[in-house]
Amino acid sequence: MKYIIEYRNKDLSHKIANRINDLLKGYKGKISLMEVCGTHTHSIFHSGIMSLLSKEIEHLSGPGCPVCVTPNKYIDTAIAYSRLGDTIITTFGDMIKVPGSTSSLEKEKASGGTVRIIYSPLESLEIAKNNPGKKIVFLGVGFETTAPLVASTILSAAEENISNFFVLSGHKLIPPAMTALLESKEIKIDGFICPGHVSAIIGEKPYFPIVENFGIPCVIIGFEPIDLLEGIEMLIKQITVKKKPSVENQYKRVVRREGNEKALALIDKVFDVKDSPWRGLGLLSKSGLSIKKAYTKFDAEKNIECEIEKTKEHPECLCGEVLCGTKRPYDCTLFAKTCSPENPVGPCMVSSEGTCSAYYKFKK
Amino acid sequence: MCLAIPMKLISIEGNKGVVELSGVKKEISLNLLNNVEIGDYLIIHAGFAIEKLNEEEANKTLAIWEEIATLQKQ
Amino acid sequence: MKKKNIKNKKILLSHGSGGVAMSTLIKEMMIDKFDNPVLNKLTDSAGLPPSGNKQLCFTTDSYVINPVFFPGGDIGSLAVNGTVNDLSVMGAKPLYISCSLIIEEGLDMDILDKITTSMEKASKKANVQIVTGDTKVVEKGNADKIFINTAGIGILQKNIVLSKNNIQIGDKILINGEIGAHGLAVMSERENFKTNIKSDCSPLWDLIETMLSAGGIKFMRDPTRGGVATVLCEIAEQSGFGIQIKEETLPIHDNVSSFSEILGLDPLYIANEGKVVAVVAKDKASSILINMQKHPLGKESSIIGEISEENMRRVVLETIIGGKRIIDRLVGDQLPRIC
Repeated sequence: MKYIIEYRNKDLSHKIANRINDLLKGYKGKISLMEVCGTHTHSIFHSGIMSLLSKEIEHLSGPGCPVCVTPNKYIDTAIAYSRLGDTIITTFGDMIKVPGSTSSLEKEKASGGTVRIIYSPLESLEIAKNNPGKKIVFLGVGFETTAPLVASTILSAAEENISNFFVLSGHKLIPPAMTALLESKEIKIDGFICPGHVSAIIGEKPYFPIVENFGIPCVIIGFEPIDLLEGIEMLIKQITVKKKPSVENQYKRVVRREGNEKALALIDKVFDVKDSPWRGLGLLSKSGLSIKKAYTKFDAEKNIECEIEKTKEHPECLCGEVLCGTKRPYDCTLFAKTCSPENPVGPCMVSSEGTCSAYYKFKK
Repeated sequence: MCLAIPMKLISIEGNKGVVELSGVKKEISLNLLNNVEIGDYLIIHAGFAIEKLNEEEANKTLAIWEEIATLQKQ
Repeated sequence: MKKKNIKNKKILLSHGSGGVAMSTLIKEMMIDKFDNPVLNKLTDSAGLPPSGNKQLCFTTDSYVINPVFFPGGDIGSLAVNGTVNDLSVMGAKPLYISCSLIIEEGLDMDILDKITTSMEKASKKANVQIVTGDTKVVEKGNADKIFINTAGIGILQKNIVLSKNNIQIGDKILINGEIGAHGLAVMSERENFKTNIKSDCSPLWDLIETMLSAGGIKFMRDPTRGGVATVLCEIAEQSGFGIQIKEETLPIHDNVSSFSEILGLDPLYIANEGKVVAVVAKDKASSILINMQKHPLGKESSIIGEISEENMRRVVLETIIGGKRIIDRLVGDQLPRIC
């Protein structure tokens, strides 16, 4: 497993962890590092790196799981489509269990809705070709890593004249969410673990305003244990030694300074940037993607008519605040009582690395 | 939302390629990249190659680590 | 007993995936209702009260896998070996199997022929006889090609008592080889990947008999749906002790590791069909391991962990870099993810 296994070396991991802990000797107070990518949440948890590091470092999980930040209305819309007899919903596995206002795609599947889990958006095109009498609706969730794929898929559909393929766009952009968290001033963030593969697409530039306007260090980090430790070392050095925030790139083998210009051009060709609602952060300016007029015929919202139930947020669900780190799962009255991994009320309990789900394991 | 992994490109046909990792092979789209060659390591996300791994950069760092490890053993 | 509110609730796929949803369903719908001392032990096979001077074990399982043919096996060989192994991990020599088929109208005769031929081959290899059965055909759309139920009877070997009550702090945990192959072999057919991963579907009695002959085996389970992680969690919960596992000792082949990474799955939760997890006495562990490694189905056997007095009722994994993480039970199926 070339270019993977080398980044899992035990000795080197311990060396870097010791260097980080040495930097923190004598440091007064806690350093809060936030990651804004669900894959980083998973990698940090999976590798167990936090157990090697001093307790001075506090790891915060931000609104980086695209499924968790998708508001109920999107899921309710997908559910409404799945109830139409002539539609097939295609989705990444991540979405299947997330609760909407009153149901989830998993439950709809059990009630007769056609929902298919796919690995790649391209599979939706194949399903569309094989089911000419059905409307295939792909749930386009994900940040800048996934948006160019969906853009490319829409272009392929246009080229091949596939008329029964649609996308329900729920794509969101990471930098506006990072800015919103800092503007809210509700939590103390001392450094950002910036998402490696989002950055492979967008490059380093979008993080410059975070450093310039807020003075918060940003390091683009990969996903293997050595990447995480190297990146955290770079953040800690900025905070404790250099004392001058900047954008740095730990993941140089994948992330170019200018990003992937071809992918960015594809996003630009197919999508418009729009204001978008985020669970927990509200409506953020220029933080989401909608399908351009030129490709309206692939836009599910513009082509599929159906009644969508009135969006209901559970009044006691604190997923939004938990996602932003302003509340802990224990602060939620539903936690471990009405809301559990078997019966999740909100998305933080669904993903096995969701904050509430992780806390639930520890409470036992 | 960044689950992606480096896989080696073993064949190209138009805008599609086949990548391989430890005997696992998959046809993927090359639509997001220019100038890829057989033998390149590509970062694969949901059936697409989103970037080419910079082997020179990777090998540079790996070599430094190797050197440090050797020095410390002496 | 408090009755759970089931009005308007439906059966979901996660109720069949080996996780918490399934065990809760089984408890509420069957165990609490059927309630008897044999059933309440919740063992892989039921140890029946002695019949003369023999103690029988009895088990049943249903096989609904799709696709019905996959690299390394098919629904037929799975149906035989799965039931053989449920008996074997109880320390019971498998003898007789029943075979009950529910066939979807329109299934190619050729496919049925291949499946039953495979069952014949598997039963010969496992040294069991298929002695009774039943066949039903349902209208098209009411079954997914074919469902197979097999029930099995075996004789518990003398002086063998395998039970979680035997487990003590310091006991070692062994497995007979690489994990994750079966589930991924099946998935590769479904997900359109080309891999060289083959199911490990095999009958385990011969290997287990060798292991038992040395003495020192406290408890065994076969890590099928839900994988090794689920079995370890069950052992921890039911014994009351902690379990410590080392990631570097887990036998995982590169192709399994790679395919799991691509899909975002954890091999610890992926189904196996030719593996046994054994809890053994500390002082016997090395010799048992050597014996296992001499057997064709145990060449890659490994000591993967131990029973601990720390973190009681929990499974803690030391990661490949020496960090720690808790292994917990899944709720439903592991699904491919992008996040």
